[in-house]
Amino acid sequence: MKVLVAVKRVVDYNVKVRAKADGSDVDLNNVKMSINPFCEIAVEEAVRLKEAGVATEVIAVSIGDKACQEQIRTALALGADRGIQVETEGAVEPLVVAKLLKGVVEKEEPQLVILGKQSIDGDNNQTGQMLGALAGMPQGTFASVVKVDGDRVQVTREVDGGLQTVSLTLPAIVTTDLRLNEPRYASLPNIMKAKKKQLDVYTPADLGVEVTKHLTLVKVEPPAERQAGIKVESVDELVDKLKNEAKVI
Amino acid sequence: MGTLVVAEHDNATLNPATLNAVAAAQALGADIDVLVAGNGCGAAGEAAAKVPGVGKVLVADNAVYEHALAENTSLLIAELAAGYDNVVAAATTSGKNIMPRVAALLDVAQISDVIAVEAADTFKRPIYAGNVIATVQTADAKKVITVRATAFDPVAAEGGSAAIEVVDAVHDAGLSSFVGEELAQSDRPELTAAPVVISGGRGMQNGDNFKLLDGIADKLGAAIGASRAAVDAGFVPNDMQVGQTGKIVAPDLYVAVGISGAIQHLAGMKDSKVIVAINKDEDAPIFQVADYGLVADLFEALPELEGKL
Repeated sequence: MKVLVAVKRVVDYNVKVRAKADGSDVDLNNVKMSINPFCEIAVEEAVRLKEAGVATEVIAVSIGDKACQEQIRTALALGADRGIQVETEGAVEPLVVAKLLKGVVEKEEPQLVILGKQSIDGDNNQTGQMLGALAGMPQGTFASVVKVDGDRVQVTREVDGGLQTVSLTLPAIVTTDLRLNEPRYASLPNIMKAKKKQLDVYTPADLGVEVTKHLTLVKVEPPAERQAGIKVESVDELVDKLKNEAKVI
Repeated sequence: MGTLVVAEHDNATLNPATLNAVAAAQALGADIDVLVAGNGCGAAGEAAAKVPGVGKVLVADNAVYEHALAENTSLLIAELAAGYDNVVAAATTSGKNIMPRVAALLDVAQISDVIAVEAADTFKRPIYAGNVIATVQTADAKKVITVRATAFDPVAAEGGSAAIEVVDAVHDAGLSSFVGEELAQSDRPELTAAPVVISGGRGMQNGDNFKLLDGIADKLGAAIGASRAAVDAGFVPNDMQVGQTGKIVAPDLYVAVGISGAIQHLAGMKDSKVIVAINKDEDAPIFQVADYGLVADLFEALPELEGKL
């Protein structure tokens, strides 16, 4: 079974992003870029499926300019077999990403598509679900356990009240939550090997997709700052403040 | 035309986040209808009809809508959306699961996690884990929106008398089925709805020590939460996680115990009215957002606090 895994190039998890002074966008000059953490979990899950003999081939796809080949190579170093880049410029909205991925799905016909539940830049949490709707595939979002069983996949999902398990027909979409697995580190030999793996580049036109823009970023601004309060000396003082000053207990 | 709010419910009662979603819908300025899709969901439909400001409640009662499976429910919502300008749901795990499918079926962008309505087509939403607030304007005539419940004060649950209309449409995509669920059993209020939340972090050292929070939570009527560090360390289950990748809470009182205050965690609780931090490290970033900070060993402070409440 073929598994397609989507990876996104985003600002590194440890970078504290700020709005530009003119509020036009966030300031991404000289900022470290990495593979989106949820996408890394998706790659790990796909590779584990291959190691378990369930998947036969793992294909990593990314949408973006040439720089995103770096994240595809990361996925290849983690164990994906080959890569696909869909070449786009600038920010691409989740709906368009989903359409482009649908184009790749039609070419590759994977049985399972694994994506991160959200990217840590836009925090949209949309692409996997949108791909599911466009491709007519079921989805197991926010997955913490994925079990392929014959012609179906069973996915345990992290929901607000606890866990929910659903059974999906294949082909299916899975989006990853944090506890699905702990991604491995790429070894140096694997990083070297990844450089030689096949990486195909498509344009949106190759996939029959027009890159449209539905949203305009009007401005960005820092969130309302919270002022630091006071330090209390004792539990007694804390209880007193909460009762008589804040009046919350 | 108007706004369709997708209710979240357990067939019997409305999830409180629905009342926040209705409040957000009011900010859009159009007439509001509510969709209750489920199986045996008549009581939830009646509860929705009592919400003030709701014009009518559409009830789609069929086995295919049980457990709000996204594949089926999104087809229903997309069909009903033909009669509306806006489709709104709370950004709960259920809303996040279903609504992007609706948007894709309608070929429109979704605007996720809205925290403010600036105009009928312009919204504020947090990006980069809440480090930046973006204002976005959509060119789509039909808007699909999920709203962050804590950013909108809920409308009243009672006082309205909306008409109930039965929706006969049955959409079964035939792609997915419900297997089971394991919902956390607790007598405590739900994290996102609790007036008081007390959370533990890595400083709790292990899962057993979370029991130290129990007595205080009992006395305050609080829900118990945790930082991602505590979840990652395996102390407590993920459904207790407060933060950008967990639950967003904004209670009247938030007590952070043994939590350093990573950006990730702050994004999930910094809109709380009053924040208390108890941490033995006086330089912990949590103190920069806390109204009241107590530099102390939590293993001494917690029993003392419980005794004095």
